Amino acid sequence: MSLRSVPFVAAVVLFLSLSTVARAHAVSGLFEGRVFKVGELKPIDSQQKLKVGDKAPDFSLPSLSGEKVSIGQFLGKKNVVISFVPAAWTPVCSEQWPGYNIARSLFEDNNATILGITTDNIPTLYAWTQQMGGVWFSVLSDFWPHGEVASRYGVLRSDGTSERALFIVDRQGIVRYVDIHDINARPNLEVLIRELEKLKK
Amino acid sequence: MPRKLVAVFCGMLLFGGFLPGVDCCKAAEAPPAEGGMLPSISLPIPDQASEREYLGLGAGGVFKIPEVRADLIIIEVFSMYCPFCQKEAPNVNELFRLIENNSQWKNRIKIIGIGAGNSPFEVGVFRKTYSVPFPLFPDNDFSCYEALGKARTPFFIVIKLEKHGSHKIIYSKGGGFGDPKDFLELLLKQSGLQKGT
Repeated sequence: MSLRSVPFVAAVVLFLSLSTVARAHAVSGLFEGRVFKVGELKPIDSQQKLKVGDKAPDFSLPSLSGEKVSIGQFLGKKNVVISFVPAAWTPVCSEQWPGYNIARSLFEDNNATILGITTDNIPTLYAWTQQMGGVWFSVLSDFWPHGEVASRYGVLRSDGTSERALFIVDRQGIVRYVDIHDINARPNLEVLIRELEKLKK
Repeated sequence: MPRKLVAVFCGMLLFGGFLPGVDCCKAAEAPPAEGGMLPSISLPIPDQASEREYLGLGAGGVFKIPEVRADLIIIEVFSMYCPFCQKEAPNVNELFRLIENNSQWKNRIKIIGIGAGNSPFEVGVFRKTYSVPFPLFPDNDFSCYEALGKARTPFFIVIKLEKHGSHKIIYSKGGGFGDPKDFLELLLKQSGLQKGT
């Protein structure tokens, strides 16, 4: 291949990459007719506030179990994956957590738990996760004051939902990974697990 | 310099999954109908010898589903992220066991799964979690899912292979198939295999 053909190849690669990233589907029959079709949304609609190496802002939010859960309670004990998803009963979100549900051992092998957060209220989150068949990790409501935690993490969108975002917080409470993802697409599970594995080294 | 660039681009292609692997034709508006034929779908021949043996395929390259050595091929379109598919997994495994434990059907009916939007890693998680005993193929970029009409998962398509190399879809439906024994009987009846043994 000559140098002259490099720009052409680069353009083809870029086109193929973009066309793949843009595609995402909610495929499960379980939610057919039950999720609101949001259409294609602005990929990211917030200003990033946290970066790797920052101390994770503490919070205390109500959970489905009825107890409040704070990130501080895991200090010195467990790594925490904070999974913000935009809203209950929407296409991509309704499958992201069920995927994490069957990957439980991958998180536990890395001494990690998940805190799933949306800006929905508790009754909505209850109905939604019941439809999934339940999840093993804590699901927290950032409903009131609305989106306060999402805002402190820099992932509150202008419509009051959160970004589709992942943060890994280590046992010292330090942010070790940030993925503020295209809201229209599901984050790659393997990337997340590989980042957790790095904490072992 | 050019060689280095070529290597970089090949790496990018590999990372993006564009080199030979899953290759499906253009998106369809609806799932393939019973009585019709499958869209052209190429899948990578499995690395594992036991899976190649199960499918009756040689090593390396890609294959089209009707090239599997069987009379009936059951195709499950699933997703690791689909709770319905997770719930259905033990049922599909049971169907596999029913077939494999029956000397009459063992070599004549095969099952494969296509993981819609799933990476190889994600398909691996599904395989390990449910101890799936039949070959599963990743469809990372949804191309097979789209070619098969973007039906909600799980979706089952069963094809009957004809002697002259053609095939016919005898079952194409979404959702769970219910009791595996009843489903197998239904397929045998619809395919005509039961009487034509």
